[in-house]
Amino acid sequence: MTLKKIITFFLLLGAVMTVSVDAFSQREQTIPRMDFETFEPWLNQDNDTVYVINFWATWCKPCIKELPEFEKLNATYENKNVRVILVSLDFPNKHEERLLPFVADRNLKSRVFHLTDVDANKWIDKVSPEWSGALPATIIYKGDTREFHEASMTYEQLKSIVEPKR
Amino acid sequence: MIFIFLMMMTGFTFAGGYELGDKADDFLLKNVDGTMISMSKYQDVKGFIVIFTCNHCPYSKAYEDRIIALDKKYKSEGFPVLAINPNDPEMVPEDSFENMKINAKEKGFTFPYLFDADQKVYPLYGATRTPHVFLLNKEEGDLIVRYIGAIDNNHTDASKVTESYLEDAVDALLEGGTPDPGYTKAIGCSIKNKASKK
Repeated sequence: MTLKKIITFFLLLGAVMTVSVDAFSQREQTIPRMDFETFEPWLNQDNDTVYVINFWATWCKPCIKELPEFEKLNATYENKNVRVILVSLDFPNKHEERLLPFVADRNLKSRVFHLTDVDANKWIDKVSPEWSGALPATIIYKGDTREFHEASMTYEQLKSIVEPKR
Repeated sequence: MIFIFLMMMTGFTFAGGYELGDKADDFLLKNVDGTMISMSKYQDVKGFIVIFTCNHCPYSKAYEDRIIALDKKYKSEGFPVLAINPNDPEMVPEDSFENMKINAKEKGFTFPYLFDADQKVYPLYGATRTPHVFLLNKEEGDLIVRYIGAIDNNHTDASKVTESYLEDAVDALLEGGTPDPGYTKAIGCSIKNKASKK
């Protein structure tokens, strides 16, 4: 290997490392990929917290439009007994290409999971028998009391459901 | 006109959509080739594979090739595909009639691709997402809903499908049986109408 090639190699290596460090520092949260079995306990937590679980995807326009409403809810009830979880149903192969950059760009503060279990007929009814499978969809529960919405939601709507449960 | 009026009335009466065993109403919708299509115009069919789908939805896109394959496989058996775009193009410009024509041509659709311009048909059937399948079987002159749901159980990779729900359902009807399962679910894009606009 010539000296020139060696220098080029290290320059490229340096560039690659810089890019990955930048990408990493922008990413404020790691986004776990999970199958339904791994995710399911999040639908059945039995404690004093109100769980607000929104099913969305980066390609779903009404979902993107309502994300700020969930972010506002998350910010308002930070460190209180409300937990917002955004469950992305982006295609499994879009994790790096779309989901990670999207969450970084929007600087999403709510917890994000990537549900990559494609066999949806096996698990949609376990989320809610009321769910047809259309996005967006949201489930809000505390212990045994829960409600499901297959529709876009506003902060005021979310707040009016969350407040009485707290 | 009377037919359209009756269809609207039925739509308002049964807003919840069809269940298995219900008699499906006919429709009269514009195809991408400019002709008006209704199911009553088809002679010698055993039924229809009605699929609510659209241009923009990634789930619909993922299934386009599979829908073409289904039509090729089952049209000759008496179950042609009728695809219907239920979305309001004012909400999703990509789903306009002009873009439907382009998409049908580019993908080489072998089946009618109809536009539910008045958004009356999808609520009548009870479609909530794209793609959403309603399999109709001709029984004593009526079209009876025999399967509602998904095409198969892997939208991302056709080669990894382990449950071909729709094919199994059509095969069951061709053999004189009843599809089991009759209902399945899948993730999909919500159908876009002005009422859903916030």
